[in-house]
Amino acid sequence: MATTNRPDSPDRETLVQMYEIQNKIKTTDERFRSMLTSGQIQLIYYSPRGQECISAGYAVHLRPDDYVVTIYRGLHDHLAKGVPMRELWAEFLGRSTGTCKGKGGPMHITHPDSGLVVTTGIVGSGIPIANGFGLAAQLAGTDQVTVVNFGDGASNIGAFHEGMNMAAVWKLPVVFVCQNNLYGEHTPMSMSTGVEYISERGAAYGMPAVTVNGNDPVAMWHAAGEAIARARAGEGPTLIEARTYRFYGHLMGDAMEYMPKEERKAAMAADPVPAFRAWLLENGHATEAQLAEIEDKIVAMVDDAVEFAMNSPEPSLDELYTDVYEEIIK
Amino acid sequence: MTTTEPRIIPMGLALNEAMDIAMGLDEKVFLLGEDIAEPSGGVYKITKGLSTKYGTHRVRKTPISEAAIIGAAVGAAIAGYKPVAEIMIMDFIAVCLDQITNHAAKIRYMSGGQTTVPMVIRTSAGAGRQFGAQHSEMLEAWAVHTPGLKVVVPSNPADAKGLLISSIFDPDPVLFVEPMLMYWDPQYACDVPVGDNRIPLGKANIVREGKDVTVISYGKQVHDAVKAADILAGEGVSVEVIDLRTLVPLDEATVLASVSKTKRAVVVHEAVTRCGFGAELSSRIHEELFGTLAAPVARVGGQNTPVPYAKNLETAFVPQVADIVAAIKSLNK
Repeated sequence: MATTNRPDSPDRETLVQMYEIQNKIKTTDERFRSMLTSGQIQLIYYSPRGQECISAGYAVHLRPDDYVVTIYRGLHDHLAKGVPMRELWAEFLGRSTGTCKGKGGPMHITHPDSGLVVTTGIVGSGIPIANGFGLAAQLAGTDQVTVVNFGDGASNIGAFHEGMNMAAVWKLPVVFVCQNNLYGEHTPMSMSTGVEYISERGAAYGMPAVTVNGNDPVAMWHAAGEAIARARAGEGPTLIEARTYRFYGHLMGDAMEYMPKEERKAAMAADPVPAFRAWLLENGHATEAQLAEIEDKIVAMVDDAVEFAMNSPEPSLDELYTDVYEEIIK
Repeated sequence: MTTTEPRIIPMGLALNEAMDIAMGLDEKVFLLGEDIAEPSGGVYKITKGLSTKYGTHRVRKTPISEAAIIGAAVGAAIAGYKPVAEIMIMDFIAVCLDQITNHAAKIRYMSGGQTTVPMVIRTSAGAGRQFGAQHSEMLEAWAVHTPGLKVVVPSNPADAKGLLISSIFDPDPVLFVEPMLMYWDPQYACDVPVGDNRIPLGKANIVREGKDVTVISYGKQVHDAVKAADILAGEGVSVEVIDLRTLVPLDEATVLASVSKTKRAVVVHEAVTRCGFGAELSSRIHEELFGTLAAPVARVGGQNTPVPYAKNLETAFVPQVADIVAAIKSLNK
């Protein structure tokens, strides 16, 4: 029901690829939460559950040399852009084999080979930085696109305003993806934001903007495809507001008393990942055996990554002093 | 290639030459900031002519959006460019401090060295033109307190040029603090070599040798320290003056060697004294040389107040030559 049926839907291969990404995110998230709940691991964890379709919907349009910038709730974006599972887990666990040698952690996942260039823990701050990647591509004359992800809360911080305006003035090849999960930390959007739709703000910058159901993989795929094509053609930036829901609150352990129980229950009942799976089968885009094989493969991949990370050493103590500058300056 | 005729130019022109040379050497160098393109060439004319020579794609006039300016520089630097961002007045650093301290400074570390941010933030600073409390501060201590940033404060046109070229080609983010009063004032002009004459970061300059007291300073106050040394020379006190040039990296070896010799030190800067760079340097000298010092290290700095507007108050805020002379004398009692 959540997924739009359109004659110009993506081909079967793309649809299945999107499901694979969604399932990879869901499975990884479930493992993190179960290991946290059982006390096997300890870390600050921002679950992306519920927002999988957004990342999958834009990522299938991107090339490895396109850039993605995201925020602390970024696991879905990391996996969608292709950050390797082992290095990702190892970084979350603070191990020397992690993407950032254990020095950045979940809020700062960086993997340039995949094009995942910045993860910031500061709300809104990725937006101006994404412009810099867009500017670099524009100056170099490449057709690389930058996708920057942020939440609805970030649309109320100054960096959003400055960054959106500069991107529009300079016609930068940047796609602004506002993953509107209806809450900024512990406050509902209605209590923090003066407009009903974040996309209304695009007009303030002369920037094309659209609101899309972020839980509808096909709708998201269309919106992202148009925006990415526009950026790649040198026609400037787009704001996409992808409406979704955050299943597990701001961070793991959040009592979520500020989220109405019925609202959350309804959102979880409409879980977009199993809904898309059912849609794929109903419409003959995939077979049960095919999807089961993908799911098994992902479970094995997560098992392997967990084992790899748990058995990896912590960084050596001399890493404290490296990477502050190119050379060590005391 | 040696030029025998001295070429006396002001700091503003020396800085312009540095950027011109860097842009000529490397296509990845570009400039961005408010009003920096023609016809104005920047409110202080430091980038005059460069947009005509290199194009407005490489000398980019921006909206008045400091966070967007620094953010764009950070992203472009990670992507392989060498941006030189101009923040018109140092007090405006407050508007984009998140991009500077949370991003430019930390990204190399947070990424485990995978991504680096080779960029320069040029900014004008300092009191003396009655610009009042929000256009006159020296805030270099904020940056020194942030691991990941390098901090440069030149004291003369030749150093400004050589240090800026080095900063542009440095692999780390550099905050380059330009003493506003020195830009075009002919009294601060000096002989500046033609061409690419880089001065390495982290090498202090012994401006004047002496044996009784070491005065350590940077930026415009180096000139005041020399004036104080001239006055005291007439009274038989021999003052060594060290121009730090860069605060991070800090040439501690030169400072400690000098103070080991003189046994007395005065640290001078325009910034507010409390928690200023002088506090750090004084502490380091005490830690290393306490037993050998003939007197505690003295600090001469700005008053612990905002920078006032009225001329007499502004003058009272800024450390003067007489204050440096008095501080040196106090060590010799």
